[in-house]
Amino acid sequence: MISSTIGIWNYWIVFCLMMIGLFLVIGRKNFLKKIVGLTIFQTSVFLLYITFGKIKGGTPPILNESIDSIYSNPLPHVLILTAIVVGVATTALGLSLVLRINTEYGSIEEDDISAQDLVDYHDDIETGKSVDLKFK
Amino acid sequence: MIDILTKNLSILVVLCPLITSLFVVLIPNIFFSWVLTTLSTFLTFLFSILLYQEIQIHSHISYALGKWMPPIGIEYIIDKVAIIPIIIISGISFIATIFAYKIMPEEIENKSISKVYSLWLLAIAGLLGLVTTGDAFNLFVFLEISSLASVALVAMGAQKDKQALVAAYNYLIIGAVGATLYVIGVGLLYGITGTLNMEDLTNRISDLNNNKALIAGFGFMIIGIMVKAAVFPLHIWLPRAYAYAPSAVSVLLAATATKASLYILARILFSVFENSENLINITLLYVIFPLSIIAMFAGTIMAIYEKDIKRLLAHSSVAQIGYITLAFAIGTKASIAAGFIHMFNHAIIKGGLFIAITSLGFYIQKRVTINNLSGLGRAMPITFFCFVLCSLSLAGLPLTAGFISKLYLIKATISSEAIWIAILILISSALSVVYLWKMIEVMWMREGRKIVIKENPTIYMSLIIITFFNIYFGLDASLVVNGSFEAAEKLIGDLK
Repeated sequence: MISSTIGIWNYWIVFCLMMIGLFLVIGRKNFLKKIVGLTIFQTSVFLLYITFGKIKGGTPPILNESIDSIYSNPLPHVLILTAIVVGVATTALGLSLVLRINTEYGSIEEDDISAQDLVDYHDDIETGKSVDLKFK
Repeated sequence: MIDILTKNLSILVVLCPLITSLFVVLIPNIFFSWVLTTLSTFLTFLFSILLYQEIQIHSHISYALGKWMPPIGIEYIIDKVAIIPIIIISGISFIATIFAYKIMPEEIENKSISKVYSLWLLAIAGLLGLVTTGDAFNLFVFLEISSLASVALVAMGAQKDKQALVAAYNYLIIGAVGATLYVIGVGLLYGITGTLNMEDLTNRISDLNNNKALIAGFGFMIIGIMVKAAVFPLHIWLPRAYAYAPSAVSVLLAATATKASLYILARILFSVFENSENLINITLLYVIFPLSIIAMFAGTIMAIYEKDIKRLLAHSSVAQIGYITLAFAIGTKASIAAGFIHMFNHAIIKGGLFIAITSLGFYIQKRVTINNLSGLGRAMPITFFCFVLCSLSLAGLPLTAGFISKLYLIKATISSEAIWIAILILISSALSVVYLWKMIEVMWMREGRKIVIKENPTIYMSLIIITFFNIYFGLDASLVVNGSFEAAEKLIGDLK
């Protein structure tokens, strides 16, 4: 029982990282911390895939007549290379948005920003005093 | 030459916008970048029409990417189901590009317009790829291509209103979590079956009916796609993203973005997992069905109390997505067909309404709210007339496209002996008249400022085209109805 529980410790790590990441995304009000959480969440999935590919005692997947042994599955690694690229793109876009939000609102705390938005929305809709467009 | 073209049509549909997006970004001139974008979306639309004709002959086209044969290589599958979202996405994106010509320079500074068009094409390529691919992991890549491009497009609205940034940020975070959940699901399925090809997956999971990893993987995949499709409690990102995006972008996203994900939802439910019937029935009955019923009412009621018109239409989209998922949840052949009919009709209805509202915003140079609409109906008869026709279509009045989808949806519910669902659908449609009438009343009945507006043909042309389709598919719906019934038959076969 104990050996089978400890034997899959990779999955425990994946599970813990996943929950930490998801908690940061949902629970934190700071926009930057949310992105940190998202990155941790995605990294946990990378680990999950790599774990699937590993076989105990498996060699690297090299085609060779003389080596007659089991080898680890290379496909998850390739998939994760793609997922890492996607993750980097997501993080970069997210960070650039946070940067822009900081210059426009002067804050990256969700509470501050929604308070400012609420004022704008009220001005816009209830009083009809619409904000003029910046262009033209 | 023609032979090569027809053989490679399934990949050309995706490649055409993808490759032109790389060239558009290099063109500094606003006009020429628009011309190239229009040309590219027109070609894509042409390819999808050709593909439609091919489908009528072969009924199933499998394209092995790079000649790597299917279970191992990536496969693109186009059948009678996939062709419906392909036609919707390519057609609407063509009309939206025509509409963008005048609107885009108004809201976005000149130096970034060619970049916006590049992102625009990238989003379209992502959505089309999402629909054509038959590989579960490739689907994730396209999901992210389309959503990252859409996030950047929504954020371009910040040049007018800074709230677009927060909207884009929320869209990015929620979308990325959804996509990652989908990847976890694919990973679990890959772990137990060792394949990523969807058809192969279907065959291999038939042996492991009560495998816990299978159930977990299925759950993760469904939740991930439901986030992207904005099914009720996961729709939080949608109203803001549509409301603060640049006008042309809201037209494109509102009409196409959720449709692709809804199609993926249908394909995962009825095609990939067709052998685990027990699992599907439980999901449909206890998850998707109640959520759709709530969505129908929550979306409509939110729309009634909303004063910002673009947000109002976005809330109404949530309700309409509820109709489509409800049709899937009933799970008979007739109801799934009704879901596809409504998917098509909702795209042209919402496209038309968003075009009408954003052209109003273009003329009055303000955020379109209920208060500054007053009296505009008299000042702009053509736009107003098209707006009213599209509204009637949304409410489901006879002789419009919306009527056809409501008719088939209610017929399907009655034939599966669920009269109370039909009654709920009717009540929700009646409620939708409330918010539509609210807009029409303000525009037509109330006295407004005395302004003379000269309507611009480049703007109302696309509106007239899309309104024409709203009426045409209300009078002669045989094309859509037959296509949807064939799609439903392909999806669930003759089982039910």
